[in-house]
Amino acid sequence: MSDIARNAPTGGLQKRLETNSILLLLAILLLVSIGGIIEIVPLFYLHNTIEKVEGVRPYSPLELSGYNIYVREGCYTCHSQMIRPLRDEVERYGHYSLAAESMYDHPFQWGSKRNGPDLARVGGRYSNDWQRDHLRDPRSVVPASIMPGYPFLAQTPLDAEHIVEQMKTLRLVGVPYSDAQIDNAKADLSAQSAPDDPGAEALRRRYPNVVVNDQTGRNGVTEEDALIAYLQHLGVSVNFKLYDDKAAVNVR
Amino acid sequence: MAPNDAPAKSVTFSEAAMTLLFIAFAAFAGFVASRAHTPAYAFHAALFALGSIVAVFALLKRYELRDAEAPAPFIDGRPNYNYGPIRFCALAALFWGVAGFAVGLYIALELAFPAFNLDLPWINFGRLRPLHTSAVIFAFGGNVLLATSFYVVQRTCRTRLAGDLAPWFVVLGYNFFILIAGTGYLLGVTRGHEYAEPEWYAILWLVVVWVVYLIVFLATLAKREEPHIYVANWFFLAFIVTVAVLVLGNNTEIPISVFSPRSVIVWAGVQDAMIQWWYGHNAVGFFLTAGFLGIMYYFVPKRAERPIYSYRLSIVHFWALIFLYIWAGPHHLHYTALPDWAQTLGMTFSIMLWMPSWGGMINGLMTLSGAWDRLRTDPVLRMLVVSVAFYGMSTFEGPLMSVKAVNALSHYTDWGIGHVHSGSLGWVGFVSFGALYCLIPWVFGRKLYSLKLVDWHFWIATIGIVFYISAMWVAGIMQGLMWRAYTPQGFLEYSFIETTEALHPEYVIRAAGGGLFLIGALIMVYNIYKTLRAPAAASATEFSPLPAPAQ
Repeated sequence: MSDIARNAPTGGLQKRLETNSILLLLAILLLVSIGGIIEIVPLFYLHNTIEKVEGVRPYSPLELSGYNIYVREGCYTCHSQMIRPLRDEVERYGHYSLAAESMYDHPFQWGSKRNGPDLARVGGRYSNDWQRDHLRDPRSVVPASIMPGYPFLAQTPLDAEHIVEQMKTLRLVGVPYSDAQIDNAKADLSAQSAPDDPGAEALRRRYPNVVVNDQTGRNGVTEEDALIAYLQHLGVSVNFKLYDDKAAVNVR
Repeated sequence: MAPNDAPAKSVTFSEAAMTLLFIAFAAFAGFVASRAHTPAYAFHAALFALGSIVAVFALLKRYELRDAEAPAPFIDGRPNYNYGPIRFCALAALFWGVAGFAVGLYIALELAFPAFNLDLPWINFGRLRPLHTSAVIFAFGGNVLLATSFYVVQRTCRTRLAGDLAPWFVVLGYNFFILIAGTGYLLGVTRGHEYAEPEWYAILWLVVVWVVYLIVFLATLAKREEPHIYVANWFFLAFIVTVAVLVLGNNTEIPISVFSPRSVIVWAGVQDAMIQWWYGHNAVGFFLTAGFLGIMYYFVPKRAERPIYSYRLSIVHFWALIFLYIWAGPHHLHYTALPDWAQTLGMTFSIMLWMPSWGGMINGLMTLSGAWDRLRTDPVLRMLVVSVAFYGMSTFEGPLMSVKAVNALSHYTDWGIGHVHSGSLGWVGFVSFGALYCLIPWVFGRKLYSLKLVDWHFWIATIGIVFYISAMWVAGIMQGLMWRAYTPQGFLEYSFIETTEALHPEYVIRAAGGGLFLIGALIMVYNIYKTLRAPAAASATEFSPLPAPAQ
């Protein structure tokens, strides 16, 4: 080793650290802990990161199933869900995103790259029919689109057998699902999947703003139905007419 | 066999314990497979069971073949280094590297020509992109780090690697983790966190492997014959320990059932975002930087036959780098719902990080003082030095992009993609190639087949990188400017899809650049193949690593 190292220290703290592997290990652990603790811990206590905003609710069972598909297909690799308070973004996508709007997202889906547009407020922008056409063949509605086609979603029956277990685990980590929401998960899922289901009214009571599927496919409830239910719910929870939305916009 | 001549062979405690553990684990995994919620999870549980059974047979075979006595720590007064696991990782790195680069090329083509997605679930961009990032970072990079850290720690401590089965458990277990993670992405098993997609059961396995890795590394340091721990080992140790902390922090999740691949992460929304980018940025900082700086601190001086330029600089550089890096995560979340103070902290520390980064670059480059002429004759050294230059470039670009005003333009665009690739192709890729070109001849006791082919690899890959990063700079800045362009009447000038259309030529050039980089790697594979086909040199440890000076 003497051929590549020189000037070994003769004393001091550095000498103690580099002659004792456990001290070196502890010093590294200490140094790398500081920054993370200071930046992360306050986020669990500060008002603007934990405040609840009226209208934000946990996902319905069908929306949650759609969210699972959104995660599974890696939609977050191309679509962000975080509108920054910059003039062009607010004009293109709508009100800048609030922390509260993703407070029930385990995991968060803010994304980091826009190969496609931001989806934070895509809910209600397009009809279910448009979403279906677009998912099956994106270039049929947006000729220059580079999005992959997802025709297989429409052919795959939704497997929501274990959605209750997921809702219970979510409740364990702080998502406020009520007992009624958990007990009626299966009923709510089918009520949201088909038009004119008798359970629709109870579903709407438990999940305000919910968008019920407007057609029944030949394949029963599909993964496509779930994904669309999720997309139609994105960004519609908060009524921004009640808020002063000019407050933090960075008008450059 | 002559049982009277040799001492009787007996089963060691670790052999017996590992065999029993793997048998029990195979039974458990088989049970889980039979009741799995999804076919993908059943497949993975079956893989675990199969892997355990293979491990049991491997243990038995190894017992049959091994000598009765444990390998001697010294032979003729020289340490009896353990090269087996290193050989495996070095070749695995080549395999995963080519696979990861090829998937990268394929997804680059998908962005240029979406028909490449073929409307299929398994190969759409959203599933292949994590496969690409994990294959190049964790499979290629991870195997390079395992191979080099096990080599460097032995050589600089002048002692045999600690443990007998443990190093093999680490390298095989780690590659098994890669297999589970990679097949999981294709089958749609993901946590949805960038660079941290493997689900809870893969992570549990990884944690076991990683703890053993840390123990092997520490135990080797503990029995060193040198009074001082060499600087490369500080970096390797920081990499191993901090990656463990990061993975544990970002994988605080609860499986919804032991029979389900799905888990729910404890954090949500803004807290999850901050923890994810604390993890994500420091995966760059400690996996792709600290670990590979460990490589630089051994292989550059070895290859240049010069001592490290400044010992003092390496001390300052090390402690400053690991302290400052941890803070930089929030620069991935500028202008988001993360509080402003956290964004400002992230930006400030990112800018400060420029200094230790360049300290490291200067230390690496200046090590060549007095040996600069070697760049003409030794393409391997040239690869190592250019990697340090790329490191300097991308650690200047990073702080620049972390400035909020710049980030408002660059974030969400291909500028970020270009930035990570100047770091990953230029720095991580080249320093890995350089180290492997040194390491493989050393640990296999052979002379490198052709320096001329290394020269070709170097130039083709360099041109590929230049294509790649310039295309991404143009694409990123153009799209960022188009998003914020206004007409004189005060309306947004371009729709989103118009900005996508504008990127097509750059995406084609990027794919071409990636293709060149892949061709370079294939040349390397051929070169290594021819190297290994040659007869072994007389003695692995005696073998001179350096090429003869050119005429």
